[in-house]
This record gives sequence, C-alpha cells and structure tokens, in this order.
Amino acid sequence: MAKKRKAEVNVLLGTRKGAFILQSDARRRAWKLKGPFLKGTSVFHMSFDKRDGKTIYAGVNSGHFGPTVQMTKNFGKTWTNAEKPPRFPENSGLNVENVWHVEPGRSEEPDVVYAGVAPAALFRSSDGGNSWELNQSLNNHPTRSQWTPGAGGLCLHSIVLDPSELKRLYVGISAVGVFKSEDAGKTWHIRNKNVRADFAPVKYPEFGQCVHKLVMDPKKPNSLYQQNHCGVYRSEDAAENWVEITEGLPSQFGFPMAIHPHDSDRFYVVPEEGDFFRATPNGQFAVYETLNAGRTWMKRTKGLPAKDSFMGCFREGLATDQLDPAGVYVATRMGQVFHSTDEGKTWRPIAEWLPPIHSVSTATVS
Amino acid sequence: MVRIPVALLQYTGNESELRIDAYTVEEALSKLNTRFPGLSAFIVNESGQLRRYVNIFVNEQDIRSGDGMKIKLKEGDRVSIVPVVAGG
Repeated sequence: MAKKRKAEVNVLLGTRKGAFILQSDARRRAWKLKGPFLKGTSVFHMSFDKRDGKTIYAGVNSGHFGPTVQMTKNFGKTWTNAEKPPRFPENSGLNVENVWHVEPGRSEEPDVVYAGVAPAALFRSSDGGNSWELNQSLNNHPTRSQWTPGAGGLCLHSIVLDPSELKRLYVGISAVGVFKSEDAGKTWHIRNKNVRADFAPVKYPEFGQCVHKLVMDPKKPNSLYQQNHCGVYRSEDAAENWVEITEGLPSQFGFPMAIHPHDSDRFYVVPEEGDFFRATPNGQFAVYETLNAGRTWMKRTKGLPAKDSFMGCFREGLATDQLDPAGVYVATRMGQVFHSTDEGKTWRPIAEWLPPIHSVSTATVS
Repeated sequence: MVRIPVALLQYTGNESELRIDAYTVEEALSKLNTRFPGLSAFIVNESGQLRRYVNIFVNEQDIRSGDGMKIKLKEGDRVSIVPVVAGG
C-alpha cells in the first residue's frame, strides 16, 4: 500500500474579481479550485503565514469601498476584516488608494505583519493584521516630495525582511527604487547604486529607479535580486551595490521574480518585450531560470503556449512552493496558471479561465 | 434608521437596517463604526470624505447636495448608504 502523502499545496490567487485557492496533495497532479472569495473586490496580493500555518492575509481593494486587509484562518471559508485598516493620519492629505503587498513578519516577531500601499508607504501591524500603523520615517523621508509614480502608480510593492539581521528590512517602490533600514524601520537609506533609469535625464540617479520586484535569497540574505524597468540586477552585499544580470534574457523588462525555496542562486523571471509592449517577446511565453545568480539563463517553454501567445504577468505573478522537488507557478494577466513540478523544466496549465491574476503565492501545509 | 448596502452586509452580521441615534450623518457613521469596527473605512476615507463611488441619502436627499456629512438628522430619518452601480 502506497504511503499516504499528507502535505497539501494551496496556490493562493489574488485576482481582479476576488480571491481563489487551488488545492492539491503533494503529488500536485489533480487540482481543485476553491472560490471566488471576497467577491466584488480586487485582490492585489495574498500571503501565507508560516508562523501559525493557517493564516492567509489578503490585500483587498474596492473601487467603491476602498482598500483593506482581510484575514482567513480556514483557507477562505470565513474572512475577518481589519478593524483599523492601513490609513494615513487624518490631516496628512494622503489617502490609501490600494494595498499592494502583505508580508508576514519573522518568527521572532509574532503577530507582526507588514503592508505596502499606494501612495507609497509602509504599514506595520502588531496584532495579526487587525490594526495598522504608518511607518512615519519612510513617509517623511527627505526625498519624498520628489518621488514620482510608475505606470502602476506610486506604490510600495515589495517588502523584504532579512531573516538573520532582525532589524534589517528593505522595501521596493515604483518608481523610486530600493530603500534599506538597519534599525527596524526607524531610518531609511536609498540603495540604488549602479541601477539604471534609462527614462530619466540622469541615467544613474540616487533615486527614481523603477524597481518592479525585489526578492531575497533566504539562505544567503545578503543576496538580493530585482527585476527593474531597466534590467535585472543582483546585489551580494545587502543592496549596497547592484550588478546588472540582464545578459542572456530576451529583454530587460519584466515584472515577477521567484526564488527557489531550497537552492541558493536559483530563481525565475518572465521577461516582457518592453515598456511600450508589455507582452512576452516574439509571441513565445517563457519562464527564464538561472542556477547561478543570473550569470547564465535557461529559457523554459515546454508545456507553455508555444506561439502567438502575447501574454504577461503582474509583479506578483511567479511563486514557488516548499516541496522537494519544488513546484513553480506562473500566473498571467489573462487568467491562466501554469505549474511545474520539476522546478521549471516542464509546465502544464492548472487553471485557464480565471479573471486577470494579480498575484500567485503558495501555502504548503504538512 | 441606517440602511446598509448588500456588499457591506458581511461586516454587519447581515443586518441591513440599523437603528442609530445620532444628530448628524457623521455621528451616525461614527456610531456605526463603534458597533462594527472598520465599517466606516469603507464609506469615508481618512480625510473624512465620502468615497467617490459611495452615495449617502438622507431620506431622498443626496448629502453631497446639502451639508454633506454635517447634515442634521431628525427622528425617523432614513439614512441610505448606496454604492454607485450605474454605468456600463
């Protein structure tokens, strides 16, 4: 009798028409779609809290009723709304437009959750997402009056927590760049050295770079990667310096990135042709994989639409699960989810007719 | 009486009509938020302005055409929160 596999993979999908969850056992052959949840809202991001193994946070936005954060502890059956959602101080003149990213805190900081919003700001919750406090230091950064939005607005979309240096964190803001704090968010420093801004009068400004997605190698926390409007970049010194690693990719432009859960230096991107044609180059949808921190790239197409596929992904459109071999998931702006159980070599669709997908993330439950 | 739109019933325990004693619309929303924490954030932004695609009527009057959130209420008034749903 075959040994029963107990692990379960949940693929969390934030879409323009609410949230969905794809569920499978560890074999990841048969998938069941649950949802839609949070109907009538636009879910920009969902994240799973590994600390308790059950809470899922969602950045929930409504054209009518504004933005909020909602939580579920039973994989979507019931949801709890933040009693005090992310909001700027009453007299600030700023209003939260959208919640872009929700990031559970480290295991050493129970109940702490971070949220990135537009207009660009970082919020922190210390009660599991029920109430939120603005990071004043970033909001009052001396350069703030000169920040300008990208095409998606002035949004704080990436929040990266260093697992070894507990006071170190990073955020990515479009179109401002990467900020780093070494004191748990009390002060912030711009970290865009050697990152191009081709669209700006000065190619290497201190800030004004358009970071699209910022990720960290959790096993080598000084190694960060960013997909930028103007290339893909690696830092091996905690964002102090960046090196361009675009060579070998079909374009410098794209949005999502996902780190391999077990192998250092291994991650995935989905290039698009460029800022004026935000679709896969040459009608060939492809995921690119590197095993050596971006020194060389492999084009992965087996099982993906072979031709005449002018698709694209939003910035949260790539994810990996925690199993071994790792599953990789890519979700498109056209409502498809493709999945690989062999770490990117071959792919197959596991959902094809969903609303435009803003985000894909995973919850691997043992 | 405050009437809650269908989209917000999930936050009021499915209560669609709530009896609230208040002198103004602003106070009614504040009391509503005390009873259902977080609810008012769906109706007004942090500047206290009515969200763009939400209307509030006092009986048949759109509060935007009157004193806005400061409009005075009297016994028996019906306050209706109505999301804008027209359009294609």
